Amino acid sequence: MKSYRKMTYPYVVWIAIMIVLPMILIMFYAFTKTGNSVVQFKFTLENFARFFSDRIFLEVLGRSLRVALITTVVCILLGYPAAYYIAKCSEGLKMKWVLIITFPTWINMLVRTYAWIGILQDDGVINKFLGFFGIGPVTMMYTEFAVILGMVYNFIPFMILQIYTSLTKMDYSLIEAAQDLGADRLRCFTKVTLPLSLPGVISGITLVFLPAVSSFCIPKLLGGGQYVLVGNVIESQFLTSGDWSFGSAISLIMAIIIMISLYVTKKLDRSEIQERSAS
Amino acid sequence: MKKKKRILSSIFMGLLVIFFYAPILYTIVFSFNDSRSLTKFAGFSLQWYEKMFSNRTMMESVFYTIVTAVIATAVSTFVGTVTAIGLSKSKAVLRAIVEQVNNLPIMNPEIVTAIGLLMFYSAIHFRKGFLTMLLAHIMFCIPYVILSIAPKLRTLDQNLADAAMDLGCTPWQALIKVIVPQIKPGIVSGALIAFTMSFDDFVISYFVTGNGVSNISILVYTMSKRINPSINALSTLIIVIISVFLLLYNLIPAIAEKRNSKRIKATED
Repeated sequence: MKSYRKMTYPYVVWIAIMIVLPMILIMFYAFTKTGNSVVQFKFTLENFARFFSDRIFLEVLGRSLRVALITTVVCILLGYPAAYYIAKCSEGLKMKWVLIITFPTWINMLVRTYAWIGILQDDGVINKFLGFFGIGPVTMMYTEFAVILGMVYNFIPFMILQIYTSLTKMDYSLIEAAQDLGADRLRCFTKVTLPLSLPGVISGITLVFLPAVSSFCIPKLLGGGQYVLVGNVIESQFLTSGDWSFGSAISLIMAIIIMISLYVTKKLDRSEIQERSAS
Repeated sequence: MKKKKRILSSIFMGLLVIFFYAPILYTIVFSFNDSRSLTKFAGFSLQWYEKMFSNRTMMESVFYTIVTAVIATAVSTFVGTVTAIGLSKSKAVLRAIVEQVNNLPIMNPEIVTAIGLLMFYSAIHFRKGFLTMLLAHIMFCIPYVILSIAPKLRTLDQNLADAAMDLGCTPWQALIKVIVPQIKPGIVSGALIAFTMSFDDFVISYFVTGNGVSNISILVYTMSKRINPSINALSTLIIVIISVFLLLYNLIPAIAEKRNSKRIKATED
């Protein structure tokens, strides 16, 4: 059996080169400044200082966090009832619904986002529909609304599926027990179903918030060139202005923010469970 | 009261389905549009399909997307399977470390992985092009394969492989004839995830490709700056291919099952 161990070694070398080394390079660039002419590196915190002292960059960061937060909240508010509805369906219908929800995710994300451009135009379908009621035209393209809509559209299936899985894994005898003990439907939901499905909501949040914070193609396609999120700043540092050190520093800041928010949501989840087991 | 609730939830689910599928339908309809407009339908035409098939960059990007996805899936499924089996027999420390590092490309924002690779390639003076894109795809596909096989290996009965070797199998034979067949569902789903991850990838490909090599995602991204209905034609083609693929994937097991039950019935008679 021990002879199988050797099978791991090639991959260990591979990840050292293809995963670990690039991460080290990001750290290295983030903390150094390239000297002029000959390649000379010296340690500096200048890149971070530049980011936090510039109001424009802080605004971009704030906007990214806001957009990701709104996207996540909308995904929960729309996704939870949908998941709840599907979980209550009969077995055969459940599978059909899951297929309906997952099918769009198989289609290329860029393709799905591109489709909204025509729909959201000033003379597009939505505005024609609003026109019947004498409203509009409402400008939707190249606004924050369009960006959030695009993000919700792309990421909500993951939220629905996560919540749905946690709802179907739930032990239904607990609800019956609550009902037997005299809880009404609302109390049943808030005291039993909701807490038990919380792990699904938490993993849904990570699957929505994380790509939403770092996305740069959705803001570019639906928000236009003027609408900039953190992802777009990183992109331009690497592909247009060529300031790799500053770009690395920004992505390091973003990665740390994401890690902290993941840690906080996980902590919240855990304290919730402990609270419940204690009471 | 209950009926009212049911109607309300049906309306909600109906609106959700419209939200999910309106853009897809819209893309298909406007791929047959006779004019350049993305908002006014001026009659049926196939001109955007003609333009798509005669557009070399578009066809090339489709070609690169498929070739990359196929090679990346094959390589990552093989390497992922081999590594997962090896890991299940490795020392706990090594396994923990590899699993942690393996999770990095999944947990990290894609753009971070992308710029890391970009700087790595440039540090070793590796010219960006098809090969750099392919290697990157293999890199981010393997973790998903390992993740989908590892749970299957954990529930595997150790004694079966031991028994095979006691009966005269070499370790290699035990691997192929005993272990691999048992973890096959994990390998298949891993390969499927790898294929879709590679086929859909935009961010990482966008940063590590060069030399005129692009995939479908990059093409849509760069072309969407100007209105170009050929993108709708390409999208429709992708939608149709994926629908057929998913339909077959969902139907084939059902058909196979039916055939099997027929066979069982035949043997019973």
